[in-house]
Amino acid sequence: MEVPILKQGPYLIASIQSALSDNDLMELRDSLVNQVGKFRSRGVIVDVTALDVMDSFATRTLRDIAHMIRLRGAEMVIVGIQPEVAFALVRLGLKLEGVSTALDLEEGIFYLDRMTRLRGKEARTRAQ
Amino acid sequence: MRNEGWQKAPASGRAASPGKNGRVAIRDVSIPVQSDLDIVGARHQGRSLAAALGFSPGDATLIATAISELARNIILYAKRGQIILKPVAQSDSSGLVIVASDEGPGIPDVRRALEDGYSTSQSLGLGLPGVRRLMDEFEIVSEVNRGTKVTVKKWRR
Repeated sequence: MEVPILKQGPYLIASIQSALSDNDLMELRDSLVNQVGKFRSRGVIVDVTALDVMDSFATRTLRDIAHMIRLRGAEMVIVGIQPEVAFALVRLGLKLEGVSTALDLEEGIFYLDRMTRLRGKEARTRAQ
Repeated sequence: MRNEGWQKAPASGRAASPGKNGRVAIRDVSIPVQSDLDIVGARHQGRSLAAALGFSPGDATLIATAISELARNIILYAKRGQIILKPVAQSDSSGLVIVASDEGPGIPDVRRALEDGYSTSQSLGLGLPGVRRLMDEFEIVSEVNRGTKVTVKKWRR
């Protein structure tokens, strides 16, 4: 099941629609890392609202994606982690270290707006 | 054929079917595990069965997550194996038993495999201790070159 990636202004939004196999997750990783360059995106939102299970592989892959996106010069935020999924992650002892999360799509966009504006300001300050 | 050589492959994965007096008759489900798609299928069946048994959505998620980790271990270390989901009932409580078994290489040091952070593969090494924390009861039997069998249980609250 392929994850649709929408281009929304300077951002890419990957909206996971159903349970994903390991292969689907790796495909999502590869296409996001490529598309962020193709569209010169400033930020990426991965919406996991529809994911009813996040196991160790899913968590690790999402963390990898976030770090790779940052290496490509953009910001990433994961939105929509469900309460039960959050509980299971904590029980499993899995951490999304260094990965930004937000409640939902709206908050995710708000977060990216703030982060990308900060980056722009820093760059301008350095240029002066 | 992906299921070749495996008996009792679930035809449609329906674990619960309405029986006499409208009660739900629930039987064991056996799921062959040999590809990453089977991991998705196994946890899906586990969640449906947990819901049919009356587990809360939160506990059903813990069960589905545990199944996912156990199925992943099978693929990672033994390539193939099976997961059996067994509803259990005692006088005052009911629950779900999950048995994950394979005929893979086995685990040389089971005690170490149950420590956080230990792994012989490139995974995070949190598989087994994590599963233990998700469930109420946990048992593992492993023999080098013979295989591994993990049995976990969750009681309905």
